[in-house]
Amino acid sequence: MFSSPLRAAARRLAAGLVVLWAAATAAYLALLVAPGDTVDTIVGDGADTPQIRAQIIAEWSLDRPAVVQYLDYLRRLAGGDLGRSYLLQRPVVEVIGEQLAPTLTLALAAAGLGVLLAVVLAVATAGDRRPWLRRASSGVELLLVSTPPFLIGVVLLSVLSFRFGLFPVSGDQGVGALVLPAVTLALPIAGLLAQVLRDGLDRALDEPFVLTARSRGVRERTVLLRHALRHALLPAVTLAGWLFGILLGGAVIVEQVFGRPGLGQVTLTAVTSKDMPVVLAVVTLSAAVYVAVNTVADLTYLLVDPRLRRS
Amino acid sequence: MAPLLAVEDLHVDFDTPTGRVAAVRGISLTVERGECVAIVGESGSGKSVTARTLVGLAGRGATVRAARLDLAGQDVRGHGPRDWRRVRGRLAGLVLQDALVSLDPLRTVGAEIGEVLATHGIVGRRERAGRVTHLLDEVHLPEPERRARQYPHQLSGGLRQRALIASAIAGEPALLIADEPTTALDVTVQAQILRLLAERRAAGVSLLLISHDLAVVAQVADRVLVMRDGRIVEHGPTARLLRSPAHPYTRQLLAAVPSASSRGHRLAAAAVGRDGGVARREALPARPDVRPDDTLLDAVGLTRRYGDHTVVRDVSFSIARGETLGLVGESGSGKSTLARIVAGLLAADSGAVTFEGAPWSQVPERVRRPLRRRLQLISQDPLSSFDPRYRVAQVVGENLDPDVGRGDRRDRVVDLLRRVGLGPDLLDRHPRQLSGGQRQRVAIARAIAPRPTLIVCDEPVSALDVSVQAQVLDLLADLRATDGTALLFISHDLGVVHHLSDRVLVMHDGAVVEQGPVGDVFTYPRHDYTRSLLDALPTLVTTGRPQEVRP
Amino acid sequence: MTVTLAPATIDTHTPHPSTPPAPTVRRRRWRPGLLAAGAYLILLVVAAVWPTALAPGDPLAADPLGVLEAPSAAHWLGTDHLGRDVWTRVVHGAGHSLTIGLAATAIAVTGGVLLGLLAGLTHRLADETLSRAFDAISAFPILLLALLFIAVAGPGTVSLIIAIGVATLPHHARVVRGQTLLVRRAAYVEQAVTFGLSRPRLVARHVLPNVIGPVPVLAVIGLGEAIMIAAGLSFLGMGPQPPSPEWGAMLSEGRNYLQVAWWITVLPGVAVTATVVALTVVGRHWQARFDGRQR
Repeated sequence: MFSSPLRAAARRLAAGLVVLWAAATAAYLALLVAPGDTVDTIVGDGADTPQIRAQIIAEWSLDRPAVVQYLDYLRRLAGGDLGRSYLLQRPVVEVIGEQLAPTLTLALAAAGLGVLLAVVLAVATAGDRRPWLRRASSGVELLLVSTPPFLIGVVLLSVLSFRFGLFPVSGDQGVGALVLPAVTLALPIAGLLAQVLRDGLDRALDEPFVLTARSRGVRERTVLLRHALRHALLPAVTLAGWLFGILLGGAVIVEQVFGRPGLGQVTLTAVTSKDMPVVLAVVTLSAAVYVAVNTVADLTYLLVDPRLRRS
Repeated sequence: MAPLLAVEDLHVDFDTPTGRVAAVRGISLTVERGECVAIVGESGSGKSVTARTLVGLAGRGATVRAARLDLAGQDVRGHGPRDWRRVRGRLAGLVLQDALVSLDPLRTVGAEIGEVLATHGIVGRRERAGRVTHLLDEVHLPEPERRARQYPHQLSGGLRQRALIASAIAGEPALLIADEPTTALDVTVQAQILRLLAERRAAGVSLLLISHDLAVVAQVADRVLVMRDGRIVEHGPTARLLRSPAHPYTRQLLAAVPSASSRGHRLAAAAVGRDGGVARREALPARPDVRPDDTLLDAVGLTRRYGDHTVVRDVSFSIARGETLGLVGESGSGKSTLARIVAGLLAADSGAVTFEGAPWSQVPERVRRPLRRRLQLISQDPLSSFDPRYRVAQVVGENLDPDVGRGDRRDRVVDLLRRVGLGPDLLDRHPRQLSGGQRQRVAIARAIAPRPTLIVCDEPVSALDVSVQAQVLDLLADLRATDGTALLFISHDLGVVHHLSDRVLVMHDGAVVEQGPVGDVFTYPRHDYTRSLLDALPTLVTTGRPQEVRP
Repeated sequence: MTVTLAPATIDTHTPHPSTPPAPTVRRRRWRPGLLAAGAYLILLVVAAVWPTALAPGDPLAADPLGVLEAPSAAHWLGTDHLGRDVWTRVVHGAGHSLTIGLAATAIAVTGGVLLGLLAGLTHRLADETLSRAFDAISAFPILLLALLFIAVAGPGTVSLIIAIGVATLPHHARVVRGQTLLVRRAAYVEQAVTFGLSRPRLVARHVLPNVIGPVPVLAVIGLGEAIMIAAGLSFLGMGPQPPSPEWGAMLSEGRNYLQVAWWITVLPGVAVTATVVALTVVGRHWQARFDGRQR
C-alpha cells in the first residue's frame, strides 16, 4: 500500500521524460527538414562569414554522421547548453535567461488570477440556485473563450489606459504595468476553466454522495465547497499542462500588444530574423515546462484522489 | 401518542421541459415509534421520491403538497432550508443504495460520519473521533479505529454499507429512512444488513424501508405499503398482505417472483389468477425431452487468470441438446468471465470447449466463425449491445442468415418481433426509445434469428422490474419449448435459476463448488457455500407469520 | 387447471413510466442563440463567396482625403489610416480568414482521423509509438509550434495554413484514437463478433461509422479554434502580408491608431470573435444532439 504511490510517481516521471525527449527530437527534426542548407538555417539573418560557418559546423557536429549529430545535440541539451544565437552573437541561455523573469511573472500572475476568477464564477453559478446568473455567466465565458487575447488587450488598453489613464500603456515598470497584461491573459483562461469547473460541479451535485451529505443537514455552501468542489477540481487539474501552453503562447501576443519585454519579444524577433537556435530553445523550453507542470498535476491527482492510490 | 411520522394526501409534482409530471399522487402513511414500515414498488412507482420528500430533498423542480406532513410532532410543510437542515440527520436519517457512491469517495469513512456530529454539534471536536469509533462498532465494523481512516473504496460492499448506516444513525434520529439499502449486495451480505437494520429497530429506531423486493421487506417490516404509479394500491400488516393480497397488482407482484414453487409455470400477470384465496398459475408448454447423453457443449478444465489472480479455476461441465443449465454465483465469482469464454469472446488460459462436436475455444476465430450463428449471447444490458446508430429493424435484421433476400428481411424481422411479443410498429424505433423489457425482447429476437442451438444468457433479467422479469422469463421458457434451444442461464438470483433451470452449477471464487439437478442442489445442498447462499436467501412465506429476523 | 385474469394488466407496448425519459433530441425549443449563430454563419459564407454583394467597393482603394474617419452613413465602420473603408475590408477579409481556417482544419482533421485510426485500430506497438508522438507534439504550445514552423518555412498564407494544421493535428488524432478504442471495446462490437462477422466487416460496419460520426462536430469546433489562432498569428505579422484585408493583419495595422480610431482595430476583432462564438454555439448544439443520440 505504501510503495505503490511511489511507484506510480516514478512511472509518471519516466513518462514525462519520454515525452520531453520526443519533443526535443521533434524540434531538432524541424531544423533538419527545413529547406536549404542546415548551416544557412542556423545562421539565419546573422552575420555570415566563413569563420561563423566553421563554428556552426563544429558546434552542431555537422561534419559528422547524422546519429552523432543527434546524440551531440541531446547531450548538449541535457547539459543545459541551448546553443548560440549568431544574430545576437551570444549564447541562447543568456538571451533567454534575461527575459525569463518578466514572462514568468506575467504567466504566474495570469494563472493565479484566472484560476481564482474561474473558481468564484463556477461556485457562484453551479447547480440550479441562480439560473439567471448562470446563463449570464455562461454567455460571458463563451465570449471570453472565443475572443482572441489581443482583442481583449486592445479593448482594455483603449478603454482603461487611453480613455481613463488608469494604467500605463506599455512597459514593465511596477505592478501597475502588470495589471492589464495579466488580466488580458487571465480572462480566456478563466472562461475556459469556469466552464470545466461548473460542468464538474454539476456532475458532482447529481451524485448520490451529495444527497447523503444533504440528508445529514449540511449547509448547501458546505456541500459545494467540501464535497462537490474537490470532485470538480480533479478534471481541471489535468488541464494544468495545457493551460501553461496557452499562457506561454498567449504571452507572446500579450507582450506584443503591451510592448512588454519578455520571452515573447525574444521569440518574435527570432522568428522574423530566422534565429533558429533561439526559436528551438524557446520551443523546447516550453515543452519542458509543459511536461513539468503535467507531471506535478498528475502527482497532485494521486494525492487528491485516494482511489488512484491502489496498485 | 401521535405517530412519529404522519403523512396525509402527499402529492409531489415535477416540472420538466416536457411539462408537469406527477410522481406521487396523494399517498397517506404513518410510522409509529419503533415500527418498521415498508414501501414496495417497481421503478417509477414514486417510492424513492416519497422517501426523499420526507427529508425535504424531493429534488430539482419538485412541488410538494400535503394535507398533513408531521415528523416527530413538527409540521414540516412550511419548513425553509434552515428548518430542514435541523430535521435532516437529527430527526430522520437517510440510507441510500450502494455506499461506494453514496459516501464521498474522496473522504474517509470517519470524516463522513464526523460530518453529522459536527453539523449538529452532537459532541465536541475532541470527543468526535471516539464517537465515530463507537458508531462503527455499533454497526459491527471490525477494527473501527482503522476503518475510520479508510476510504469507501477500500471497504467491501457490506462493510461500507454498514459505514453508511453508521453515518445515518450518528445524529440519533428517531426515524431511519432506507432507500433500497440492500440492492446490489450479494445475498449473504444482504442478510447481514437486514439483520443490522432489525437491530436498530430493536434499539427503538423507527424504520421506513423502501424496496423493489417483497421478499426483502418481508424479513423486517411490520406493515407493507404497495405503491404503483404514485399511489398506494394496498397496505396492511406484512403477514396478511403476503398471505391474502387483495389488490390484483399485489397478487401479480407476488406471483411474478420466480422460485422453486413457480417451476414449470408461467409468472406473468395474465397467467395468474385467484382460486379460493390461492394463486393459480398457467403451466408452461411442454418441452422436447432432453437426452443427457446428447451433448451439445462440453467444457473441460477451463481456467482463466488475470495477472496473478485466477478468475476461473478448472471448470468443467456439459450442456445437453435442449437443456437449460443454470449458473449461480455472487459478484466476483467468475461467472461472467466463464460466460465470455463459452461465448467464444475470451480465450481460456487452459482447458477447452467443444461445441456441436467441433473444437470451439482454443481455435482461431476463422475456424470458429462458421459455427458462431449456432451459439448466441444475451447480456444484462441490451441497450449497450445495440449499435447506437441502429433502429430495431437493423438490430434484429443484422443477425438474419446472410442468404435471406433483401425483400424478405423485413418480413422475417416482423416475424421474429412477433415471436417475442413485439408489434411491427417498433421496427423503425430506436432502442433508446423502448422500455427495458422491450429492449431485452429485441435482444432475444436478435439472438433467435439465426436459430441457434445454444443461447448464453448472462444475467438477462437482472436489470428488470419483477413484473417485466416475469414476462421475459416466460418468453424464454416459450422459445425453449418451441425451438428446443439449450440455455446457459447465468444469474446471481437463486430463485430465477431455480425457476428456469434443469441443472445448476454453483460457482464460488472461480471454481464450481457443486453441480447437479436443480431440485437436488437447492433442496439437499452438499457444499457449505451453497448452504450459506440458501440460508441467506430471503423467501416469501405466504402462509403464517413472516420469518423473524433476529438481531 | 389454468385460471386466467381477464385482460392483461401489463401492456408491453407502452413504455414504462420511469424508463426512457423523453429524448431531449426531440425537444423543439425556441433557441434565439442558435438561430443568430446560424444567421451569422450564413452571412459569413456569403461574404466569403460573394463579398461584393455585401460591400461593392474595393478593399484596397485608398482615399488620402478621408483617413481615420469615424463610422458614418458613407462609411458604416469608418475608414482606416489610408482612407480605406473598414466595412469593405472586414467583408472581404472573411474569405481570407475562412479559407485559412477551413484549409488548416481540413489538414488537421484529415491527418488526425487517419493517424488516430491507425493508432486505435492497428498493432499495440504502432499505438504506443503514435501516442507518444502525439504527446510530444502536444507538449508544444500550439502558437509556439506554429511559430517554429513559420520560422523554418517563412511567413505567408500557405505557411500559416500548414502551421496551424500541423499544430492542431495531434489534438484531433488523440480524440479519434480515444473514440476508436472506446468503440472497439464497446459491448455492441463484442456482440457483433457473435454474429460471425469477419474482422474487416466488423470494423467497416460497426467501428468506423461510430468513430467517424462525431468527427464533423469536432471539425466545426476546430474551425473556430483555427480561425482564432490564424488571427493571432496574422496579428504578429506571420500570415498574409499588409495590404491584404485579413482580420488579424487589419488589427495589427490599426493598433498604432488605437488612440484616435478604435474602429480600425476593434471591428475586425469583433468579426473574429463573432465567428468563433457562432461556430462554437453551432458545434456545441450539434454535439449535444449527438450525445443525446449516443446516450
